[in-house]
Amino acid sequence: MQSSYEIEQPRAAYKDYKILRWLTTVDHKEIGIMYLCMATLFFVVAGLFALLMRTQLAVANNHFLGPNIYNQVFTMHGVTMIFFVMVPALLGFQVYFIPMMIGANDTAYPRMNAFSFWITFFGGLLLYFSFAAGGAPNAGWFNYAPLNEYNYSDSPGIDYYCVGLLLAGTGTISTGVNLIVTILKYRAPGMSLKQVPLFVWMGLVNSFLIVAALPSLNAALSMLLLDRQLHAHFFNTASGGDALLWQHLFWLFGHPEVYILILPAFGIYSEVFQVFSGKRIYGYAFVAGSTVAIALLSFGVWVHHMFATGLGNTVNAFFGASSMLIGVPTGIKIFNWLGTMYGGSIRLTVSMLFAIAFLIEFTIGGLSGIAFSIIPIDWQVTDSYYVVAHLHYVFIGGSLFSVFSGLFYWFPKMSGRMLDEKLGKIFFWLMVLGFNMTFFVQHFLGLMGMPRRVYTYPDLPRFTLLNLVSSCGALLMGVAILVLFYNVYKTLKHGKPASNDPWDGFTLEWYSWALPGMKNFEEVPEVKSRRPFFDEKYPEKADWKNND
Amino acid sequence: MMWLIIGSEAIFFISLIMGYIVFWRTGHFQSTVKAMLDIKLTSVFSILLFTSSFTFWMAEREYKKGEQKKLQIWLLATIVLGIVFMVGQGHEYYGLLSRNLTLSSSEFGTSFYTLTGFHGLHVIFGIIMLIILFILTLQGFFQRKTTLLSTIGIYWHFVDAVWLVVFTIIYVVPYL
Repeated sequence: MQSSYEIEQPRAAYKDYKILRWLTTVDHKEIGIMYLCMATLFFVVAGLFALLMRTQLAVANNHFLGPNIYNQVFTMHGVTMIFFVMVPALLGFQVYFIPMMIGANDTAYPRMNAFSFWITFFGGLLLYFSFAAGGAPNAGWFNYAPLNEYNYSDSPGIDYYCVGLLLAGTGTISTGVNLIVTILKYRAPGMSLKQVPLFVWMGLVNSFLIVAALPSLNAALSMLLLDRQLHAHFFNTASGGDALLWQHLFWLFGHPEVYILILPAFGIYSEVFQVFSGKRIYGYAFVAGSTVAIALLSFGVWVHHMFATGLGNTVNAFFGASSMLIGVPTGIKIFNWLGTMYGGSIRLTVSMLFAIAFLIEFTIGGLSGIAFSIIPIDWQVTDSYYVVAHLHYVFIGGSLFSVFSGLFYWFPKMSGRMLDEKLGKIFFWLMVLGFNMTFFVQHFLGLMGMPRRVYTYPDLPRFTLLNLVSSCGALLMGVAILVLFYNVYKTLKHGKPASNDPWDGFTLEWYSWALPGMKNFEEVPEVKSRRPFFDEKYPEKADWKNND
Repeated sequence: MMWLIIGSEAIFFISLIMGYIVFWRTGHFQSTVKAMLDIKLTSVFSILLFTSSFTFWMAEREYKKGEQKKLQIWLLATIVLGIVFMVGQGHEYYGLLSRNLTLSSSEFGTSFYTLTGFHGLHVIFGIIMLIILFILTLQGFFQRKTTLLSTIGIYWHFVDAVWLVVFTIIYVVPYL
């Protein structure tokens, strides 16, 4: 749908850029695109790891990958997907669109922005250098002590894990700081914090989470590095260390981390639901407020990853209860989005389809997750495929779908061209089908007792069948991703040129040119409501005339 | 921005301090501290470090009054006090290492060196920033209005505050 509100194109920006330009840029839009490219690169690698694993697990008693290789593959899959795919992809969207949505021309610290990107990228390269240095990390993405110590993992992989994540963590913290200052100081005149788009709200809360959560990971990694390199005693149980200290420090970071991966996703969905329902968000304050609640609660639930370590009933009961509480603010949001769709004129674009699929998949992932807060259930299914199913339902159905949704939503702004909706719908259905095939059956495998992170399994009744279904699903997802890549390639080559406002959007990024130059705005319309661009386009229906 | 970085750093140190306290229960820390550490000497160096917060505050005051010369003197005093503290820490480390207390010798060594070492690294980083500030004052940078001084001040006071906590936990508490 084309809106009547068009602005003349200033210049085609990215086409003529040379490599050197990309290497030295401090423009937030280019850095945002580089984040997305980096995420794509690592996504391909980690996705291939996933396919390797599913090939290994397709039939019982398979010896395609040995246990040693398998350990490295699942560790690298997890570490890469979390730290070098989901975090950069979501940061990419935030770095690109948060300044535009608040009517700013760049982030507060453009050079620090570039620094953050490069240090994260080199952290990732360093992690992968471990393959050349004698073996990748092999103790899982949460890398439990004392398995992560030099006397149990003597390949240098885990040292590279420490250094790579320290670098990436530093970069992520600086981006968090940068975004907070940008949001607090660089808003357009008249835009109060109660009027910023919800994506920006999520970015703000998310950045505070980053700044508060990453340091405990950095501390734990530093300690582990001291242990491994200088034989300190932090986590080495053989010489008086405390293996549980690693778990506490790791999950004190790790649980906020999973919210760092979902809050920006909530932000993307909030924008997509509004625009493609043609309505304002239902309960703006509740979405923003419940996010703050989630952020605060996230620091009080880490022990639910550790119920099996025997911390005692009092501790377990407290963290079981706090984990159940998390369900409340998250549930509120689901109803906010449903309420936004209710009575709206819904346009089923690919972006919107992913958002709707998210509502369903994320609810499944949320329900399987809340089950863990009932401690006996947790004891029964911990470290089984049930956990694998749960975490992929929230990571893929929540975070990754938001990246796809955001990609189809914002691609016209980032490239000046429209992604092919028809190919996009093929991609969507292949993806959703493949995803559910892969992971839904894993709930049953877990309940039947199949442990995670074991390279093969005996030919028990139904084990082979369910695993084969799961592997076929993974292959289907692989095909879906190929369709997406083809779509992006085709669009960049000769896609339909986009106008500056192809979706009839509400927020200020659509007020800028179709392909913004170095400067995002010559001037910004006066902000009087939460939908400044909507007010500008439809002055007779403007929000500020009616109520808020 | 500096406040956010400080907040982040604070959580980093809290994690390290938690590590120290966890090992407290198991590692006979109380007797080790009394036997190995020289609380009197370290107190002197600590007081010097705390004094450097005061001298920095004086430097800021002179800056606001526009007194370039006095600003330079107080900044230099801050740098010297910081360096003296680091010399003190080096002296202490040397003594402990020669008595075979190392990072890998015991849980106490591990957590003591890590906690005080990371603090020392922060002091060194602060001294480097102060030296840059000092060079800038020589070049007349602070004749104009800037927030640079107060921003770095937040960092320097933070490093001192961390030492107050670390000193209390490591040196003072065993005597209580």
